[in-house]
Amino acid sequence: MSAVSFDNVWKEYGDHIVLERLTFEIASRAFIALVGPSGCGKTTFLRMLLGEESPTRGQILVDGKPLKPEPDSDRGVVFQRYSVFPHLTVLQNVVLGRELQRAKLTGRLFGPAKCAAVEEAMALLAEVGLSGHEHKYPASLSGGMQQRLALAQAIMRGPKILLLDEPFGALDPGIRADIHVLMKRLWNETELTIVMVTHDLSEAFRLATRVIALDRSRIRPEERERFGATVSRDLEIYPRRTAKARQLATFRSGQDDQAENGA
Amino acid sequence: MRLMNLRPGRQARFYLAGLPFMLLAIAYFAGSGLRLAENPDDKLLPALSTMAQAVKHMAFEMDVRTGTILMLSDTIASLVRFFSALAISTSAALVLGILIGLLPGANALLAPFVGVASMVPPLALLPILFIVMGLGENSKVALIVIGTLPFIIRDITMRVMELPREQLIKAQTLGASTWQVALRVVLPQILPRLIDSLRLQLGPAWLFLIAAEAIASDSGLGYRIFLVRRYLSLDVIIPYVIWITFLAFVMDAGLVMLQRRLFPWFASVRSE
Repeated sequence: MSAVSFDNVWKEYGDHIVLERLTFEIASRAFIALVGPSGCGKTTFLRMLLGEESPTRGQILVDGKPLKPEPDSDRGVVFQRYSVFPHLTVLQNVVLGRELQRAKLTGRLFGPAKCAAVEEAMALLAEVGLSGHEHKYPASLSGGMQQRLALAQAIMRGPKILLLDEPFGALDPGIRADIHVLMKRLWNETELTIVMVTHDLSEAFRLATRVIALDRSRIRPEERERFGATVSRDLEIYPRRTAKARQLATFRSGQDDQAENGA
Repeated sequence: MRLMNLRPGRQARFYLAGLPFMLLAIAYFAGSGLRLAENPDDKLLPALSTMAQAVKHMAFEMDVRTGTILMLSDTIASLVRFFSALAISTSAALVLGILIGLLPGANALLAPFVGVASMVPPLALLPILFIVMGLGENSKVALIVIGTLPFIIRDITMRVMELPREQLIKAQTLGASTWQVALRVVLPQILPRLIDSLRLQLGPAWLFLIAAEAIASDSGLGYRIFLVRRYLSLDVIIPYVIWITFLAFVMDAGLVMLQRRLFPWFASVRSE
């Protein structure tokens, strides 16, 4: 639950301008989908938001304060690959966030504290549909299940902003549809502001409250280096979607949101 | 069918594996038989019975002069040096390798130094070690450490740097400090890779051990081999070499088993 604002942000690598003139606000609780052709700086944008890279010019503000220059627990992330730890079981992966938070020195919880964390993690795993897989290693899960695990792991720590870097890009269409339902539900039931990078336009319009397209305005070879990509389209989705908690068991007609049903 | 697509079955694999050993044994005993037929006192290729006699003397009879079983005391002396040296170099390499791999500052400080140090030929340092540390156990252990440490450090450093960037970022978004990342993300993923690295260093470690023992020692497997060399006692040397090879092979197999037992998740990560 955080608002993010970009104030004339530029990103340059030496002479090469990747992003330029980014000025826009992301409302609290928004679900932003960031689309654009490959090489237009979507990933650079996300890395800046993560704190992995800092803007060359301009600044990024979160709730009015400058963004911290390194990743922290306010910003969760799910990457397309390598998002979960291969040496931990499913349960251990989710419990890890709590252990890192509570046990600064050992990074491990014991006794009642551990039991509480495990209980919490089990509930979350049930939520994302991974009950019964708690003691498997990630390598024995399918791609879709690994991404569900990555989501649970990120949410366990209670971030304010969730960043998704083409999280469902490598999944089969059927599995992707299932995980879209989950994603939507998590957005409704948690307090998250979500920024998702994707190259799948239908996914962007199905999930997001607002779709932002990045593109280069100048594409002649001699101009390419010196002009970066910037916001070329900024579309609010109508009917306007707002996050609201829904009961899990409620039958969802989808009438309030036709795009959710794939329209 | 192409040769590259012919896969031997289980049984064929077993016989194929045994074949080179058999051929070597046949070649040896044929040569040995020929030479001994010509000159029964030939010492160069001793017969099996001669070697068995020597092994019986070395491994199953008390040595009159020292009151010990020679092969046993040699083995213990060598293994103590071997294991204490490897314990030092693996634990030091683990700490330094993780530091250099994870912290850019430590990398800038130490990586070039380790790179240069690993190019110093360890055996060329042996005289210095003997002069500085004396002829006792320390100089032998130090030689093995100097010989293996830089390579394990460099290997561990590379393995740490190969960990996907996404994992390190992810850990930070879960609130991990540098210490916690090292402890919960890097260390457990590096341990199975450390075993790989250690396996590759077994050969060099034995080399340095035998070399140090050959030059200045009063016990150990390498000492014995170089001692009996003066009497052309190949009937002792050959069993000793086989014994050393066997010890090294058992260690290697043990490390593989340890890796499978302790890190069941590692096989699938490596196959990626």
